[in-house]
Amino acid sequence: MTDVKEKGPEVTLTLPADTGNGLKTQEMIINMGPQHPSTHGVLRMELTLNGEIVTKAIPHIGYLHRCFEKHSEAMNDYAKVIPYVDRMDYVAAMNNELGYAIAMERLMDIRVNDRVEYIRVIMAELQRVASHLLAIGTFGLDIGAFTPFLYCFIEREKILDIFEKASGARLLYNYIWIGGLMNDVPADFKSDTAAFVKSFRPKIKELNDLLSMNRIFIDRTANIGVLPEKVAINYGVSGPSLRGSGVKWDLRRDDPYSIYDRFEFDVIVGKGEMGTLGDCWDRYIVRVWEMEESLKIIEQALDSMPDDGDVQEAIPKKIRPPAGEIYCRTETPRGELGYYIISDKSTSPYRIKARAPSFVNLSVLPAISIGAMVADMVAIIGSIDIVLGEVDR
Amino acid sequence: MKTTEELHRLLSAQFGDETCELKPDEKVEPWIVVKPEVIRDVAKFLRDEDGLRFDCLMCLSGVHYQKENELGVTYHLFSTSEKHKLALKVIMPEDNAQLPSVEQIWKTADWYEREAFDMFGIRFDGHPDPRRILCPDDWEGHPLRKDYQVQEFYRGMKVEY
Repeated sequence: MTDVKEKGPEVTLTLPADTGNGLKTQEMIINMGPQHPSTHGVLRMELTLNGEIVTKAIPHIGYLHRCFEKHSEAMNDYAKVIPYVDRMDYVAAMNNELGYAIAMERLMDIRVNDRVEYIRVIMAELQRVASHLLAIGTFGLDIGAFTPFLYCFIEREKILDIFEKASGARLLYNYIWIGGLMNDVPADFKSDTAAFVKSFRPKIKELNDLLSMNRIFIDRTANIGVLPEKVAINYGVSGPSLRGSGVKWDLRRDDPYSIYDRFEFDVIVGKGEMGTLGDCWDRYIVRVWEMEESLKIIEQALDSMPDDGDVQEAIPKKIRPPAGEIYCRTETPRGELGYYIISDKSTSPYRIKARAPSFVNLSVLPAISIGAMVADMVAIIGSIDIVLGEVDR
Repeated sequence: MKTTEELHRLLSAQFGDETCELKPDEKVEPWIVVKPEVIRDVAKFLRDEDGLRFDCLMCLSGVHYQKENELGVTYHLFSTSEKHKLALKVIMPEDNAQLPSVEQIWKTADWYEREAFDMFGIRFDGHPDPRRILCPDDWEGHPLRKDYQVQEFYRGMKVEY
């Protein structure tokens, strides 16, 4: 019926011919997780092995399934959904709130003032740095580098202190509301954040010396778990995992939301410096340099942030959006977070669906882990940086 | 870059007026409703045709329209080269919710179709691995349907606490 002009990208799940030494061994199925320390939560992998080589990997998810979508339908208030979206990606709660707030504001046609926008961007970028620090630290930890993990957590702690001063919470904030913020930032927010940016910048170099350029680390991550560009796009992979494959794609630049079009920053992509383009090391190094870009955005935002403005002036008394549908996406530390909201003019969403980046990124795992060693599985899972709270929602 | 109206004109020229219908929505974005039996051909056309190149399936969601006794699937598409977006919808009767899978066209659909089956009981023909994804394999019912009743016991354990 349809005239197909070009074949789609080849996505085949077959073993490369050059793995193994030609000796036939007995096939073995082993179970990795759900309590395995390197699975970043409760992920179970069913691995079919030929000797030490993975011939098939099947992820089993759902251990953390709370179905926030069902809860939200019965909440009877759109604002009460925010604590639920916090708990999806619990290491980047600010970004989840921001995405939800922007989707609702577009649906209801609410404009927020500049002070709110700037505070939101600063918070979101601080959260991105904190989340990348955790991703980098635990990635190193998975591979056996214990010390960088502690260095990362010292810095992350400083960001959490800033969040705690503003919102009272350290992990799940409920800070960004539909139409505004929970409360204004404290008086010393600007100086605290500026001090953090100043102290953190040299730490990125230190981290590179400690971990990124470490010979053992490079040997464990370069040329492992190669994700080609075409495969990544076809699977819908987004965020640093997509950029690690050399695709210059960042929603903050390519589909700007909030006030991201006012800032100068680069989109970091992998270059295959240590091995093949799109390997674990590339995905890792993208996160490292993205922290630097986030610092640039924070500095620019601090410079031009207005000092006056009521952060709650646009918050609606009763949230009752007009009937309609919206799909709105934002860039979280893990990739494209989309909210699909259907409103039927009542006080709770008729249907809300979160397109969680970790869920989609994890689905590429069976394709890129074929032919890897068992020990490399740990590196591959760590490099795509999943948060199981978001995978299972 | 094409608008939904232009895309609708292209689709009706290719597949006929009766198979795809434009639903205007002045508030946010319009969408196109497609008949379930042609969805795979439409998807292939949208991905491969020059000037369309929808190479990325952003999101696939099931929806239960309880009043109309219908189940729907919404596809949110995006083209990384042409930078346009499109929302496609397939509406099916509740008692015969079945449509061709688009897993062969966008791999993103693999897990999302499993999720739509798990949560709504929508069956995707030609899916290579049509299992539940979030709930256990022996779970009863489809939680996100509006008329869902949670089972009383699961393997001898009380479900409602």
